[in-house]
Parts: sequence; structure tokens; C-alpha cells
Amino acid sequence: MIILIGILVSVATYLILSRNMIRIIIGTAVLSHAVNLLIMTSGGLKTGNVPLLGHGDGPFTDALPQALILTAIVISFATTAFLLVLAYRTYKTNGSDDFNELRGMSDE
Amino acid sequence: MTVDVAIILTPFIFAALTPVLYRFISKKYIGWLVLSVSFILFLFLTTYIPRISDGEVVAFTHEWIPSLGIHFTTYLDGLSLIFSLLITGVGSLVILYSIFYLSRSEQLYHFYCYLLLFMGAMLGVVLSDNLMVLYGFWELTSVSSFLLIAYWHHRKASRAGARKSMIITVAGGISMLAGFLMLYEMSKTLSIREIIGNVEAIQEHALFVPALVLILLGAFTKSAQFPFYIWLPDAMEAPTPVSAYLHSATMVKAGIYLVARLTPVFGGEALWFWLVTGVGLFTLFWGSFNAVKQVDLKALLAFSTVSQLGLIMSLLGMGSVAVYLGNSSETIIYTQAAFAAIFHLINHSTFKGALFMMVGIIDHELGTRDIRRLGGLMSFMPLTFTIALIGSFSMAGLPPFNGFLSKEMFFAATLHIQELNIFSLDSIGFLIPIVAWIASVFTFVYCLIIVGKTFFGKVQLHLLAKHPHEAPIGMLISPYTLIVFVVGIFFFPNLLGHYILRPAMASIYPTFPTTQELTPHIHAWHGIFSPELWMTIFVIVVGILLYRLLKRWKPIYRALPQNLSLNSLFNNGISFSESFSNRVTGRYMTGNLTDYFVYIFLAFLMIVGGYFLQTDIFSWSPVDRESLEVFEIILVLIMIASSVGILFAKSRITTVFLSSVLGYSVAFFFIVFRAPDLALTQLVVESVSTVLYLICFRHLPEIRKEIQPKWIKMRNIFISLAVGATVTLVGFAALNYEKFITISYFFNDSYELAGGKNIVNTILGDFRAFDTMLEVVVLFIAGLGVYTLIKLKAKGGGTNEN
Repeated sequence: MIILIGILVSVATYLILSRNMIRIIIGTAVLSHAVNLLIMTSGGLKTGNVPLLGHGDGPFTDALPQALILTAIVISFATTAFLLVLAYRTYKTNGSDDFNELRGMSDE
Repeated sequence: MTVDVAIILTPFIFAALTPVLYRFISKKYIGWLVLSVSFILFLFLTTYIPRISDGEVVAFTHEWIPSLGIHFTTYLDGLSLIFSLLITGVGSLVILYSIFYLSRSEQLYHFYCYLLLFMGAMLGVVLSDNLMVLYGFWELTSVSSFLLIAYWHHRKASRAGARKSMIITVAGGISMLAGFLMLYEMSKTLSIREIIGNVEAIQEHALFVPALVLILLGAFTKSAQFPFYIWLPDAMEAPTPVSAYLHSATMVKAGIYLVARLTPVFGGEALWFWLVTGVGLFTLFWGSFNAVKQVDLKALLAFSTVSQLGLIMSLLGMGSVAVYLGNSSETIIYTQAAFAAIFHLINHSTFKGALFMMVGIIDHELGTRDIRRLGGLMSFMPLTFTIALIGSFSMAGLPPFNGFLSKEMFFAATLHIQELNIFSLDSIGFLIPIVAWIASVFTFVYCLIIVGKTFFGKVQLHLLAKHPHEAPIGMLISPYTLIVFVVGIFFFPNLLGHYILRPAMASIYPTFPTTQELTPHIHAWHGIFSPELWMTIFVIVVGILLYRLLKRWKPIYRALPQNLSLNSLFNNGISFSESFSNRVTGRYMTGNLTDYFVYIFLAFLMIVGGYFLQTDIFSWSPVDRESLEVFEIILVLIMIASSVGILFAKSRITTVFLSSVLGYSVAFFFIVFRAPDLALTQLVVESVSTVLYLICFRHLPEIRKEIQPKWIKMRNIFISLAVGATVTLVGFAALNYEKFITISYFFNDSYELAGGKNIVNTILGDFRAFDTMLEVVVLFIAGLGVYTLIKLKAKGGGTNEN
């Protein structure tokens, strides 16, 4: 599981280091998947029942990481959406989605 | 006792109030309000004079940060009293003067706010006993002085002058802070009184001399001593009331105050004597020598201030000999130097303040202060002429003005000091009276220039912007008050000596038992054969001679090369450091986002990875095989395949498709890991993001093949693999980390506490409700951002179809 996370992080890093905006955005999405899984794993995997009271008896899996990840998923979605629109605007205004070409804007 | 604190705080309170009050008070009255504040403070301080002159000290301590030994301690003794009287007294006169000087169309409340700020800071410097508090106020005077110099901030020279004074004085302040910390290290206390109390303990310490030098640096920069004086002439860009206040009477004397205050600590050291006396004497000479060549009256006064400060400084240096020699009937004569220093300090504030105001009047009424365009103003402005005459002659050291008394005492001190045979004075000590005498000649010459070139000679009406006329009465009140002091002190010097100077002497020489002996009786007449009288007479003779022959010897000023002057050195230093830092910053701030990502990841690697390598906390526990089921392995394989696939995908549709596969697999993983809520959320979010990606692709171009040099690709691959490996290590370490107790058991009784059966939901909705609320806020902000980015038209020809 951890190895899978490591691979995901590597892929995400490589994507972020590329010059294309879409690839960078997808990279951040992949990175957030990796982090979510990492949190999940650190909470202990499959150690108990679904954390719903009344659905079987304990022990339950750790509910805290789940709550954290739920927050993280939503926020990463918001970030992704925002970045996408930002990319769209940048492309509309500057006519390029390549960060190498976007450097050194005149109004910096 | 809290009254002393109020003295410091009052100016600050009113400084804060002024910008608020100006809405309600007409501009006409705001100056009067500020004047009343400072004048009441002055009157209040005068009530302390009898108590202080009886040898009493008024101290008050408020424990501020006891753990660091920082207390807000006010300490009012003779020395502090002189300075605080000068600050509030001259301050009141300056405010009165500026009411008439500044035009009502200016932003007066700014001006008075800064002025009060400065006054408070300055009072704080002289009344604080704690070194850290003193340092804080010290820097505050630099800041408020910066604001005041740059008051006419539309002028380039004002801004440049303000910056210069700020850089120099703050740099000195920081070195002073280092010196204070060393003092603290040696004596384990921040209180000046306590440090003075155990001088013997710290004198042998290795840090004693470095602390001495660093603190003197602070004092010298503030008091415009050579070679740091260059900020003072440039600071003359300030409005004249500011120059009269800050740059003649108060701020530049803060360094003097510090030297006087710390004389009991450092006074016994030969280095202290030579630094203070030597630098002071040279500054005295250099300032007066350079003052002669100035054509701007204010610049001339600035150099004369530099020179006079040097005089006071050197007197304090000579006075420190008495600390070294200890208390005896023979050494009492050397304490007179310090006495003369404080005496001249007061005298200088009176006549220099008057002279600055005089120049301000000329500038105000004629529109120029260039002596090449002035001349013959005596008949037009007789009252102003009187100020100039008395002020200049007092500065030159002529009777019947107070400058004469202190100048004579200065000569006497230099003559006494050269007879000593300590500190290798017997070899080069004879230079001291000679330098002092030469400097006094130049002082005499530039005093003659001030009066002669401005008020005598021919009138050049065609060169003047306005027709010369006498100043309004309001502007004359303040300089005349000072002039009255100039004359009054000459006739009644011992009144001042007894009530004001004697307690101050007790502060400088706390180890000397009787202050009565420390206070010499000031005479104007020392007898016909006294050497100091003849020194003065020769100064006058030679001075008049040099003034007559001014044209003949003036070319020597051109002998000094321009590009070697301290000013150009300073400017070159500043511009070099600017261009250097620009180059350095430009090298790593490439403007390329990828480069910044590289920095971030490298920093992550170095800090996290480096920490792991160093502390060696790897832990390894293989996943128990039996718990991995077949479909989980399949899921893992799918995820690996899709993620690696993203890297090689040529078209963007494939990329998005693969990333969706990844997202849905994560959702499945959540199901496997007993997290149904997460799975649901993940499914929804993933679907929506995929749709978003696809919508965006309508507007974005196809991913082009990236053509990058091989080494960049290699670098990226290396960084990615390293980051992945580090995270893997961290993950393994986290998996086996059990040093903290789990906090999850809190949520076991969620049904009783929150009334919900879904533990995840109760955590989000009840236990961590604030987090969730803020999360919603984040979502809201993102949504707002998305909306505005789509809807708003970009500035300057943005083509937006929406």
C-alpha cells in the first residue's frame, strides 16, 4: 500500500514539474489521492468494522482519518476546480499554456 | 510614581489622537493643541527641579517581561532631567514656531503626529533605565526622524536624505543593541543603574572592550560624529522646525546622552577616552572646516552642529579621565570637562535652535537660503539680524553670551588634560589644545560668514524671489525666547549650575561622594593672564584675518578629490549592494513556475529526507500478506498502471481518463477500507472533476509534446523518484509510530454526545463542526473565484465570450 503511495507521489511530482498547465493540475489531483491514501493507511487498515453504530458491533475502524480525508477530498476538489478555471483564464489572456512561455510577463 | 510613565506616554497618546482629532478640530488649532501638550509636560518637569537638585532620584518600575529581565523602568535623575527639559522646552518653542512656519494647506496633522511621536520616543530614551526599553525608544527616534525628514515626500532630496539618515542611524542602533546584549551577558542585568553598581565585576570581562566599541558606534552614528556625520547635512531637507528640533537640540544629542550615561561604566578604559575624545575632536575640526565652504545656510548650520557635537563629545571623553583616576582632590579638576560638556549642551541647544529658526525665517520670507544670493538684509530684517548676531557670536565663543563661558571651559579642559601622563597623553596630549584651537578658529570664521554674508554687503534684489521684509511676530517669539536664554545664562550661569548641572554631574560620577565639589563656580573672567582668555583672543584675531582673506585660501577645498569623499563612498556602497542583491535574486527568481516547484521539492527532500537520514528512524514491517485479497491486488495494479500511464499519455483525453480511473480506484479502496462515506464522496467528486476537465478542454489547446533538454528530464525524474521514496519512508515510519495515544476513542460515544450513529458524520458535524464550517468557506471562496474568473472581463483587451 505504501509503495503504491510512493509511486503515486513520484508520478505526481513528475507531472507537477512538467511545463503544461493541465499536467500540473492533474499532478496536484494525483498528489491529493496519494496523501488521502497515506492518511488512511496511517490510521490502520481494515482493523475493524464500518464506523456506523448499529451496523454490527465494534471494534470499528478509526473514524478520525476518514473524517479528515472527507474534508481533504472536498477541499482538493475545490482547489482543482479553481486551478482549472485559472488555467482557462490564463490561456484566454495570454494565449499559452506553457509555463516556459508564460515567464517574465511585462506587468510583473 | 506613575506620573513619570505618564510623561513618556502622553506624547504617544496624543500622537495617536491627532489623526483622529483633526476631523473635529480646525487646522488652525491643531498646532496649539500640540503646543499645549508639550508645554504642560515642560512645566510639569520643571516642578521636579527642586527635588532633583536636592539629590533625589525618581524611579518607577513596571514589570513588563520579567522572564527576560525587561522592565519598564523610568528613572529621573539630573542627567535625564536636563534632557527631558530640553526635549519638552525646545519642543514647545519649535511647535510654536512651526504653527507660523508651516502653511495651513499642508497635512499638518501628519506633521504634529510625527513630532509628538518623536517627542515621546526621545523622552523614553532619556528616562528609561532598562537597556532594552531604551533601545526600543532609540530606534523609534530613528523612525520618527525618518518620517519627519521625509515630510515633504514629493521632493526627491527629502526622500534620499531620510533614507540616508535612517540607514546610518539604524545600523548604529543595531550595533548598539549588540553592545547592550554583551553588557547583559557580562552583568546579567539590563538595568543601567545595576550595571553601574557592579562595574568592577565586568571590567575584566573579555566582552568589555567589544561592548564598548559597539555601543560607541551607536552613539556616534546618532550624534553625527566622524565618519557617520554625512547623514546630518542631507537631513536638512526636512522642514526647518524639524531641523531646529531634531538636528540641533534633541535627537543628535541622544548619542551624547548615552555616552554621558555610560561614562561610569566605561569611563576607566583608555580606549573609551581615546575614542570619545579623538573622534570628538576630529569631528569638531572636520565639521567646522567643512562648514566654511558651504553656501547653503542650513548646510552650514548642519556642519556647525556636527562640529559642536564633536566638541561636546570630546569634553565627555576628557571628563572620563576622572573616572579612571578615581576620587581625589586633584582629579576633581578633570570632572570639569564633563561639567563643561553638559553646560555647552544646553548652550548649544539655545543658540543653535535660535539660529535654525533664523534661517527658517530667511528661507520663509525670501524663498532662498543660498548665501550667494543673500546680503545686506540688516536694514530689511533688523529683528532677524539680532537673532543671527547673538546666536552666531555665542557659537563663536564671544562675550556676553553663554557660548563664551562653555568655550572657555572647553579650552581650560584641553589645557588640563594635556598635562596628564596617563593613557600616553604625555606624548601626544599636546595635540588636543592645538586641534581644539584650530577648530575654534574655523568656527569663528563660519559664524562670521553667517552674519556677514547674509546681513551685510550689497542687497541683490534681482536674485531674490520675494521682496525682503521682516518676519511675522509669531515666528520671532520662539527664537527670541532662546536668545533671552543665551544672554541670561551668561549673566546667571551659576543658577543653572546649581539647580540643573550639579545633579547631572552626580549621575555621571556616581562614585564621587560630594557633588558640591563637582560643580565649579562659573566665572566669565579668569584674570588677564589666564591662558583660555588668550586662546579666545587669538581665535578672534586669526578668525577675522581668515575671514578677510577667505577668497585667497578657499581653493584648498578643491584639493580633496570628490569621488573619495564619504558621501560618494556611502552612495556607491548603497548602489553596489542594491545591484548585487538584484543580481543574486534575479539568478534564482527566474519567473518560471517549474523552477519554483523544483525548489519546493528539493527543500522537502532536504528537510524531510535529510532528517530521516540523520536520525535514522527507518522502520520496516512488511504488510501481512494474508490480509491482501485478490481484488485488492488487482486494484493496486490498476492504479499503478493508470498512474504510470498518465506519464506517457499523448492525448489529453487519455490523461483525464486515466486520472479518473485513478480516482475511482481510490473510491473502491475506500470501500475496501471500511469507509463508505469517503467512497461516496470520492465518487461524486471524481465524476464532477472529470466533467470539469472535459469542459475546460473545450477552451484549452491540446497538450503539445514537451521538447525539453535531456538533463531537465533526468532532473525531473530524479526529483520525482526521490520525493516518492521519501514519502514512502515517511509512510512506513508513520505506520509503526505509536508514541502518541490515539484520540479516536473520543468518538466511540458519539451517539450519546451527538445523537448520530455515523461516527464520521458526527465528527464532521458536531465534534469538529468549526473545521467543517471553514471547509465550506473554502469551497465558497473557490466558487467565488471560479465565478469571477469566468465572468469578469480581463483588463486590456481580454477576449471573453462568456
